[in-house]
Amino acid sequence: MTATTIAGHQVDINDEGFLTNPDDWSEDLAPELAKLIGIEPLTDDHWKLIRFLRDDYAAQGETPTLRRVSTQTGTPVKALFGLFPGKPAKKMSYVSGLPKPKGCV
Amino acid sequence: MTTTSESPLVVPSFDEPAGEGRKLAIICSKGNLDMAYPGLILANAAVGEGVETHMFFTFWGFDIITKATMNDLKFSFVGNTAMHPPGHSGMGIHHMLGALPGATAAATKMMKKQIADLDVPEVPEFLEMLEGSGVQMWACRMSADMNHVTEEDLFEGVSGIISAADFIELTDGAQLLFI
Repeated sequence: MTATTIAGHQVDINDEGFLTNPDDWSEDLAPELAKLIGIEPLTDDHWKLIRFLRDDYAAQGETPTLRRVSTQTGTPVKALFGLFPGKPAKKMSYVSGLPKPKGCV
Repeated sequence: MTTTSESPLVVPSFDEPAGEGRKLAIICSKGNLDMAYPGLILANAAVGEGVETHMFFTFWGFDIITKATMNDLKFSFVGNTAMHPPGHSGMGIHHMLGALPGATAAATKMMKKQIADLDVPEVPEFLEMLEGSGVQMWACRMSADMNHVTEEDLFEGVSGIISAADFIELTDGAQLLFI
C-alpha cells in the first residue's frame, strides 16, 4: 500500500493502482480515475453504473460482478463492454474506487 | 496515514500491449450440466479480461447450444467417485446410487439450485450473456450432420456451423482448452 495524490486527493493505492480504501473516493475523483485509464468524458450512463457499484458495495460489502451490475441496473452486458471497453468489471471498479470483484460470474 | 513521502502514481495496466492479441479457444465436447458450466464460466472470465474468446461445440457439447436441449442439461453422478453432499463432511455418496430411478433428476435439481443460489444464470441466459460480451460461438459441422441439425435448431448467437479445420484456422495462435 502506498500513498499518492490523484488530482489533489490524497489516496492509498495497492500494487496494481486500485484505491485500497473506498472511503478515499469521492465523486470528483471518478473522472480523474477514468481519465487515467483512457475513459473520458464520463457520461450519465457511466455515472449510473458507478453509483450502483458504490451503493451495492456499501450494502453488500463486496464489489458486484459484471453479471450483477448487468441484472441489477438493467444494462445489457454488451453496453457494459461499450462503456468500459476490454475489461469492464475491473475498469468500472477502478473508477468507482473499489477493489476488483472476486466473484467468477 | 503514516507515510510522509509520496510514491509515483501507479495506474492499472488494463490495456497494456502485452495482453493484446491474446486468444482463447474452448472446445466443449460434453453435454452434461456439470461439464457445460466450466466452459461457459471460463469463456465469460476470458472475454471479461479482454481476451478474444472462441468456443467450439462438438459431439455431446452440441446439446449446450441446441435449442431443444440447452435448457434441460442433466447431471448424473454415476461414475463420479468424488460425489458427496454439499459441504465437506467427509461423507460420500456411492456413485452407483446415481443409477437408481429419479437420482439424475434429483441431482440435477440440486445442482441447478446451487448454481442459481450464486446468481449464475441457466445455460440459455448464460449463452446470451456470452454473446453480448463478444464471445464467438461455433458449432461443429460433423456433429450437426450426425444429429441432422441446422443453424435454425441452434442458439441464435452461434456464428456458424464450421469444420474442425476451419476452427483450427480461425483460432490460430490461441491458447486451447478441451472440455
